[in-house]
Amino acid sequence: MENFDMALVDWSRAQFGLTAMYHWIFVPLTLGLSFIIAIMMSIYVRTGDELWKKITKFWMTLFGINFAIGVATGIILEFEFGTNWSNYSWFVGDIFGAPLAIEGILAFFLESTFIAILFFGWGRVSKKFHLVSAWLVAIGSNLSALWILVANAWMQNPVGMTFNPDTARNEMTNFWDVLLSPTAVNKFLHTITSAYVLSAIFVIGISAWFILKKRRIIFAKRSMLIGAVFGLLSTLFMLMTGDESARQVFRDQPMKFAAMEGLYDGEANAPLVVIGFMQKKPTSENPKNADFAFKLEIPNLLSYMAALDPNAFVPGIHDLIRGNEEYGIISYYEKINMGKIAITALSNYKEAKENGDKALASIELQKFRDNYKYFGYGYYNDPYNMVPNVPLTFYAFHTMVGIGVLFLLVFIFVIYFLFKKDIVRARWLNYIALWSIPLAYIASQAGWMVAEFGRQPWVVQDLMPTLSAVSNIDHKSVIITFVIFAITFTTLLIAEIKIMLTQIVKHSKIEED
Amino acid sequence: MFENLSYLILQQYWWAVVSLLGAILVFMLFVQGGQTLIYKLGKTDIQRKVIVNALGRKWDLTFTTLVTFGGAAFASFPLFYSTSFGGAYWVWMLILFAFVFQAVSYEYRTKPNNFLGEKTYEIFLFINGLFGTILLGTAVATFFTGSDFFINNLKNSIWQSPFLGLELAFDFKNYNTFINLSLGFTVFFLSRVLASLYIMNSVDDISILNRAEKVLLVNAIPFLVFFIFFVVNIFIIDGFAYDPATGIVSMEEHKYLRNFVEMPLVGIMFVMGILAVLFGIIRGYFFSTICGSKAIWFAGSGTILTVFSLLLSVGLNNTCFYPSSYDLQSSLTIENASSSEYTLTAMSYVSLLVPFVIAYIWYAWSSLNKNKITVEEMENDSHAY
Repeated sequence: MENFDMALVDWSRAQFGLTAMYHWIFVPLTLGLSFIIAIMMSIYVRTGDELWKKITKFWMTLFGINFAIGVATGIILEFEFGTNWSNYSWFVGDIFGAPLAIEGILAFFLESTFIAILFFGWGRVSKKFHLVSAWLVAIGSNLSALWILVANAWMQNPVGMTFNPDTARNEMTNFWDVLLSPTAVNKFLHTITSAYVLSAIFVIGISAWFILKKRRIIFAKRSMLIGAVFGLLSTLFMLMTGDESARQVFRDQPMKFAAMEGLYDGEANAPLVVIGFMQKKPTSENPKNADFAFKLEIPNLLSYMAALDPNAFVPGIHDLIRGNEEYGIISYYEKINMGKIAITALSNYKEAKENGDKALASIELQKFRDNYKYFGYGYYNDPYNMVPNVPLTFYAFHTMVGIGVLFLLVFIFVIYFLFKKDIVRARWLNYIALWSIPLAYIASQAGWMVAEFGRQPWVVQDLMPTLSAVSNIDHKSVIITFVIFAITFTTLLIAEIKIMLTQIVKHSKIEED
Repeated sequence: MFENLSYLILQQYWWAVVSLLGAILVFMLFVQGGQTLIYKLGKTDIQRKVIVNALGRKWDLTFTTLVTFGGAAFASFPLFYSTSFGGAYWVWMLILFAFVFQAVSYEYRTKPNNFLGEKTYEIFLFINGLFGTILLGTAVATFFTGSDFFINNLKNSIWQSPFLGLELAFDFKNYNTFINLSLGFTVFFLSRVLASLYIMNSVDDISILNRAEKVLLVNAIPFLVFFIFFVVNIFIIDGFAYDPATGIVSMEEHKYLRNFVEMPLVGIMFVMGILAVLFGIIRGYFFSTICGSKAIWFAGSGTILTVFSLLLSVGLNNTCFYPSSYDLQSSLTIENASSSEYTLTAMSYVSLLVPFVIAYIWYAWSSLNKNKITVEEMENDSHAY
């Protein structure tokens, strides 16, 4: 680690994190609202009811405002792989680049072409073509998410490739393994369903505000119905895929799993922490150690969640670092050793090849191949530097899950009151729906934090640590761009919120339903 | 199908795809050019609204082309991606900032309570048009003139200048800077030429059209001057060539001129492209009332042909497409910078969808542009920008 400019690494991470999280404020709404709009427009085209047209147009207005800033924050991310993570770009470009290019060709054009029709097509194109465009926008935006999430899933669980020592990079050997890896499929489904839930909450929340203000009640109730049904179905899928995701993380990223639960010492029949508060408890080995000051647990549930078996052993952070022979866990110390052998062997191989010493080259190559699995560990000496931020991962995970489960109830209640009771009178429920909007954004960001903070120090699991992925530039330049991004995106966010709120108020005052 | 092609042919194929995307991008920069002309072409609020909306229906397409160009470059030539983006950090960052501001400006400009005010968003559009075009052109010129970087045996690239790419546009002690900037200004003025032709094609308002005619001439002249300066210079200078057998890079006299001669098809495309642009300009200026509205198609396809052939010439025929003047042997070629054969093959199948993509873009474009935009329409359109 001492050979790396840690200020550069930290600022590059800060910048990427900042831009990614800003982008992720806007993307979920685009993903879900595009479908909600397509559904609303379908009803309009089928029924010819003018009110449905007005409803469609209102949500389209909000969609447009959100979409623009989503695009603005998105372009940066694609190019940041090159500008700030150039070593990474080469190391994985052969795999990572392909989904990105396919995304551009297949998804972005679909989205951007038909969004123009969606917005400017009223009266210009036929109703049917207009409706098809609405669906194509939804499909296009969701396809965009597919490819980038395939790439992200590959970083969490690299498959379908082999390392080529001559080009010093990972090369794809099976496209379908990359695309259809269980991690990729599940990550995609979990991410988009969470986005649908956020969008549904957005729709019922704003509709609830209309109701609370006693404005455009039918307009609001219809919107709410679409949002709540869409939201309920999405929540069920989200919880299912989230559950599957936990097992995948347990299998492929056990350190992340341990951090999510703040589990230091592994155990069979491990309990799940429902609520917990952590505090710093530095030890001589690990000055960054943090453990529970208080926790509320459900017995056996963590073991069940991880392996569908209440008796299963769940390794803790200490088991992973120190190893556990009984359960066949190799220690981080051993992995570091193997990683160092791989790094040295690669360099010896290159040297032997340059000198024309084929015999030595083949010995070194074999040594490299035997140890490549833990290549990334070789960059470290102290395994405690390879533990992610435990409290952050723990809190983010529990926030995400807690809010997600809460939303299930919100949707059920809203549907129940829409059909069986008078939702207009249930002011408490409308307030809950309204206040769920910020919660949805918090849960959404928290989910992203679990995925990305939890996997540290890896940019590519076990193979490439974040610190070796950065560009060879000076950190001052990155600080400057970080500040510019922070100011720019915050300014644009303020503008976005102001414009959106103004439009919501303006539309709520229209009296023509 | 693609499995039967050699690695080299796949690399050439992908260079052609990236070049084509680059060429389409330059054509689509008419949106950026138009953004610098809002006040030149529109003298009243409603006229400006007409212009902004004419451009606003296309901005997303330009933006997407840029993103796809970046994605395709990453996927097919990752070493270029890591070297250029990670080295010429500031040039690319400035280009990106210019585009970030653009993305919100159309949507937010006239919305009530937009925090920054209408003028600010118009300034954003202007900045995007000015710097987006000039910097992109400048960056592409370095494909011919070279940059200072070194690549080690683990393929990590190290940029030599502490200015991280800014030296390419501001180091006036180096003559190459003038060549770089000349392409930047060529692209800038070309984008304005194309913008005025696009406005002639898509707007129905006589006073705007009259102004577009003038703007066309005023920008066509500097465009030609800068373009000729750039072409003459790259034809004179020594180019970066490599030996296909050994991969060793050396300087070759008049390499870029020779490429057009040695690849006659590319040479013919280049000449035809230039003629088509000139024809488009003449048609637009002298016959604007009779057939000016179709002039964009000549100038546009001419632009695509010219840029396409320029990019082909710098990547094919054993030429280094991203040369290092600091260390010749670090120069990038389509052979040493590309993705693996497997990845290029897999992506080639995806590229078969490109004609389909172009077809639906075309269909969507023409169904929206069936009727020209008028002042009356803008006054009654609730969804207008």
